[in-house]
Amino acid sequence: MSRTSQITTSQIGFADPAGTPSASSVDPAGTPDPAGTPGGAGSKPDGTTSTPQTTAMEKAMKTGDTPASGGGGVRGATGPHGVDGSHGVDGPHRPARRAGGMFDPAQLIRSLPEAASKLDPRTLWRNPVMFVVEVGAVFSTVLAIADSTVFAWLTVAWLWLTVLFANLAEAVAEGRGRAQADTLRRTRTDTVAHRLAGWRVGAPVDPGQAERVPAPDLLLGDHVVVEAGEVIPGDGDVVAGVASVDESAITGESAPVIRESGGDRSSVTGGTKVLSDQIVVRITQKPGQSFIDRMIRLVEGASRQKTPNEIALNILLASLTIVFLLAVATLQPLAIFSRAQHPGVGDTGALDAHGVTGIVLVALVVCLIPTTIGALLSAIGIAGMDRLVQRNVLAMSGRAVEAAGDVNTLLLDKTGTITLGNRQASEFLPFGGITPDLLADAAQLSSLADETPEGRSIVVLAKERHGLRERSPGELGHARFVPFTAQTRMSGVDLTDSTGDGASDGAGAGDHGGHGSGDGPVTGDGADGVYVRRSIRKGAAAAVLHWVHEEGGTVPGGVREAVDEISATGGTPLVVAERVAPAPGVAGEPRTRVLGIIQLKDIVKQGMRERFDELRAMGIRTVMITGDNPLTARAIANEAGVDDFLAEATPEDKMALIKREQAGGKLVAMTGDGTNDAPALAQADVGVAMNTGTSAAKEAGNMVDLDSNPTKLIEIVEIGKQLLITRGALTTFSIANDVAKYFAIIPAMFAAIYPGLDKLNVMRLASPESAILSAVIFNALIIIALVPLALRGVRYRPASASSMLRRNLLVYGVGGLAAPFLGIKIVDLIIQFIPGI
Amino acid sequence: MSAGWAGVLFVATLVAALCLVYRPFGDYLAHVYTSPRDTRAERVVYRLVGVSPRSEQRWPVYLRSVLAFSAVGVLFLYGFLRLQNHLLLSLGMPAMEQGQAFNTAVSFVTNTNWQSYSGESAVGHLVQMAGLAVQNFVSAAVGMAVAVALVRGFARSRPRPKEVRESPSSAPLEASDSDIATLGNFWVDLTRGTLRVLLPVSFVFAIVLVAGGAIQNLHGNRTFATVVGGQQTITGGPVASQEAIKELGTNGGGFYNANSAHPFENPTSWTNWIEIFLILVIPFSLPRMFGKMVGNVRQGLAIVAVMAVLAIGSLAINAGFQMAHHGTVPQAVGASTEGLESRFGVPQSATFASATTLTSTGAVDSFHDSYTSISGATLILNMALGEVAPGGVGSGLYGMLMLAVVAVFIAGLMIGRTPEYLQKKIGAREIKFAALYLLATPTVVLIGTAVAMALPGERASMLNSGPHGLSEVLYAFTSAGNNNGSAFAGISVNTTWYNTALGLAMLFGRFLPIVLVLGLAGSLAAQRPVPVSAGTLPTHRPQFVGMLAGVALILVALTYFPALALGPLAEGIHQ
Repeated sequence: MSRTSQITTSQIGFADPAGTPSASSVDPAGTPDPAGTPGGAGSKPDGTTSTPQTTAMEKAMKTGDTPASGGGGVRGATGPHGVDGSHGVDGPHRPARRAGGMFDPAQLIRSLPEAASKLDPRTLWRNPVMFVVEVGAVFSTVLAIADSTVFAWLTVAWLWLTVLFANLAEAVAEGRGRAQADTLRRTRTDTVAHRLAGWRVGAPVDPGQAERVPAPDLLLGDHVVVEAGEVIPGDGDVVAGVASVDESAITGESAPVIRESGGDRSSVTGGTKVLSDQIVVRITQKPGQSFIDRMIRLVEGASRQKTPNEIALNILLASLTIVFLLAVATLQPLAIFSRAQHPGVGDTGALDAHGVTGIVLVALVVCLIPTTIGALLSAIGIAGMDRLVQRNVLAMSGRAVEAAGDVNTLLLDKTGTITLGNRQASEFLPFGGITPDLLADAAQLSSLADETPEGRSIVVLAKERHGLRERSPGELGHARFVPFTAQTRMSGVDLTDSTGDGASDGAGAGDHGGHGSGDGPVTGDGADGVYVRRSIRKGAAAAVLHWVHEEGGTVPGGVREAVDEISATGGTPLVVAERVAPAPGVAGEPRTRVLGIIQLKDIVKQGMRERFDELRAMGIRTVMITGDNPLTARAIANEAGVDDFLAEATPEDKMALIKREQAGGKLVAMTGDGTNDAPALAQADVGVAMNTGTSAAKEAGNMVDLDSNPTKLIEIVEIGKQLLITRGALTTFSIANDVAKYFAIIPAMFAAIYPGLDKLNVMRLASPESAILSAVIFNALIIIALVPLALRGVRYRPASASSMLRRNLLVYGVGGLAAPFLGIKIVDLIIQFIPGI
Repeated sequence: MSAGWAGVLFVATLVAALCLVYRPFGDYLAHVYTSPRDTRAERVVYRLVGVSPRSEQRWPVYLRSVLAFSAVGVLFLYGFLRLQNHLLLSLGMPAMEQGQAFNTAVSFVTNTNWQSYSGESAVGHLVQMAGLAVQNFVSAAVGMAVAVALVRGFARSRPRPKEVRESPSSAPLEASDSDIATLGNFWVDLTRGTLRVLLPVSFVFAIVLVAGGAIQNLHGNRTFATVVGGQQTITGGPVASQEAIKELGTNGGGFYNANSAHPFENPTSWTNWIEIFLILVIPFSLPRMFGKMVGNVRQGLAIVAVMAVLAIGSLAINAGFQMAHHGTVPQAVGASTEGLESRFGVPQSATFASATTLTSTGAVDSFHDSYTSISGATLILNMALGEVAPGGVGSGLYGMLMLAVVAVFIAGLMIGRTPEYLQKKIGAREIKFAALYLLATPTVVLIGTAVAMALPGERASMLNSGPHGLSEVLYAFTSAGNNNGSAFAGISVNTTWYNTALGLAMLFGRFLPIVLVLGLAGSLAAQRPVPVSAGTLPTHRPQFVGMLAGVALILVALTYFPALALGPLAEGIHQ
């Protein structure tokens, strides 16, 4: 079979799946139900549990795209299932936050060479605090050479170690990012692309004509053909064909996904692998600008730009450094004067006739300037990006991550984020004297071929509540399934009676286990040789009731009221009706009647209310976005506990909402995947595009979630906050540390001439030399000790600003005051035994 | 009643009185600076000066107005002092020497009122009244105007455009945006502060002081025969009128060399109370004005709480060491009484000394040089804190708000948001102004001290050797750099070098911070407000009060720790 025909076959198979396609469940307002999922035989879970669907599927329905169906055992073109379970908030318990990768002390050793290379002042000058330390280290090295003592050399060594430790922190953070980048890079080495020169969309594809070019040479707009087993050479959109693609290289999700031309699932990522079929991809990246390229650069820290808060913090740290530099530099004339007043006092290691010795001055400066935060600042930033990548989120800039921490309003898509992907049947409400069993049977019959989760849930409910065995569509030999269309807004089944096949029909009816045949199987002949004896329809209330009227039936009282009530409480009512014709040859009019209502309900994910309460405590407002009508939306919003909702949302509505929020000075975060989401994604301060979405959406947003899990927005906000908190906490710690260092060094410098000052030596450090050295050693060691914290981020629990400040002030402020008193004393207890100290 | 209990009562009544006026006076100040109406007198002033009172100024214009007004003030005063022998009421005083005239002119314009001359023997009545007293009023009004401009920066917002452009939040402000951010009109603020606040209050309290025994006349030197038959020359003059604004405007430049220790300036114990009250009343009420103007009086309460905590703590240490010192003489007489006016006693003098150094007043009713060393260290520290607890009129409020911006920045990060204060984001631009502010005064003070200590000739000005001499120099530069103006005494500063160096310290110590304050005000006013939510850092709670006090102590006060260790601490801590 030629490749061309393969595509054709697959396209046909695609448009006409094995099962009869049947969509159902329109909501009463007549909007196409966003939860509707295209059917794909064999591609669904068994229906006992509902699977979260991604918004991509909603969009597919909304935009009227061809529903995807699984061919070749491929999952139904949704985002990776089960991702929610591992990262999201489906479960009743909060998912264990993925530890930022265990910190392995061996990493420190491995990063040593790189840390040493960062000692180059040309790279170090960008970090003003550490640059000052390095200059001080050079200066004191010179002094130590001139006047060699054990104390001088030990101090010099620890000053250098301080710089080295700072570099080490950064190198470790970068190294971890690079490890991730290497994994990514491995997927795309040596990819050879099959470029179709001069190919136009619509033309037949002949891979034989394709020229082989290395992937990095592909240009924007090139068309390449990718066959089963090949790696997609670059980011692009599928312009012809459909294929199952293994995206595990990017997402870590092993189950393949469907990618097809047109619609919202056309985008493919370089480095992923086509498993079946063949597609033509138009490259949408510039050379070297692919998704993976950007990701690699970001995690490696190579293209890391300082974020606004980081810049502000650097300014503060730089000016503190200058203040302390000044305080120490201006001390020297005072020290010389004071020393001169006491000619009888001998020289000490800290003070001689020329004033305070250079090494001690440097030690004092290094201890006072905020080295702890200065050393860890860039590691914190890199690690923050790294944490995002570990959660399979790719941020286009650090600025976006910071903005996520500031977000005031979260726009959350209802489906998949707040509710489980689909509505589920929750109740059968019979009308007009119909028994519940009869309604359940009719509902089940009409849903047998309905592979949507809604349809499956009806079958499941019938089984659980009414003991109805699930029948396969094949069992009903004479059943003709009526698919859902946007025009009729209902689906159902016609139980036929083909001429001369009455026996089997009877058997078929008998299969119903006595149910549903109560109105008596009849036979007859139809004009086309097929006599429809019983028609069951289910669908939107208006449509089905209209059908009942047309067929001459009457609607029992209370049905419309019940429909309104269900709608008002957030449910979706599906009306079930039947038309039973008299047996062939038997005189009489067909009888049409309403059997009852199936109530479909959105199932709100467990734990969401608590999550929203936490967000509220953090000052974040949640807005639910849904295509539902306002009544339904309000009911779900109330149940889930969101602050507000936007019903019957169109992309324009979303855009307007974002602008309105922003006009109030608020920062807005949202997720989106469709091309029509792109403007809103661009407008939002944090726009998270789903990886399943279109290239346009991904370009517009400032983050891409590779798992396509809309719940992750909440986690992104948390990571953004954690990043800032870590910086603030370590800054506080660093500044609070100074108090103890003053008490260690000042008495050590001047107690020789003013013995009273030894009273300030509250730690009772052994000697002036040991005191100064202890402060320097503690100052260096604390950097290494805090590396894991910088990489992991400080503990973050959603809480109000007030309680968060209280906690962090206590831990890092008060802790920062106390820790060095203890630490310096311990170091002193050890080093006082070194001869010469 | 023991001296101790009398002291407690003295302080308690002061605190009570300040609490009592906090609200009405603060509200009145807010009204003065926000009222849309001009009085007739003000309209006359505006017409004379040629200012349109409703025109608004952007921060560079506001700053230029401040600088221009102050520059003219320095030149005018300098000329006045140099030419006083040709003018009326000169009492036969010669023209002031160049360096001293420069120093004095700068000193009065910067609200420092450092005096390297002695009032009764160097300046005549006309200079006192038309030169120095005028600057006492307007330099205080300038300080308040700058503070009001900063408060307006918080209170005002850029008008919100109808159609929001892309990502307005993160986009840096463009020049065109700050164009429309105005801070009010300096000339209006200056005029109103003078005419509606300083003049009326001074007028009332000048009469009160006269009632207490302060003199108010235009007599020249009069010679009297003393009881023992000697001759004594006594200088009369318009003292009470100058005394009131000297305290109210936190100026501190005394009519007499002995300043508020002189019985003509400060005759009795209860005028002493009045003078301390006048020193503290505006600085402690300005936070209320701030809270009122930003629409949240609790924010003002938090600021005043930080000021009060620092002030009371400092006073407790100062008075404590004065009352109970282990030295031989203090032990014998029950307290450290050297250099004190016996009319006031130890607690009152300590309170005055604390008040005058905690604000940028610099008036004295006792001699700080004589204080026990730890008390002296507290007085230096009061000034070194940047004059923020409660600080000078206006300068105290803006100084504390600059520290609050730094505290908010660190605290804001700790709650996981871009820091914001009063709905304004503290970004790179804002923190640049605040951080440089933090840097400015210590630079002036420490470099000045270090240079003076490095020059052998200038060291010779010290009348004491050892750590006490070092304290004298450190005190002088801390006082000048922070625009306090009080002297430790014990140092001869009427030399060309000290007159020039201290004059420069006063200039930079005053106007560098003002540039940064107005810059910050401009950048705040250009912002759109960030909405308040549960995620917003609460800046009115005790935890923030504690944090702000901590920032002030660790980031500002500790900077002086090494220098203090070689001065008063070396002197005061014995084995």
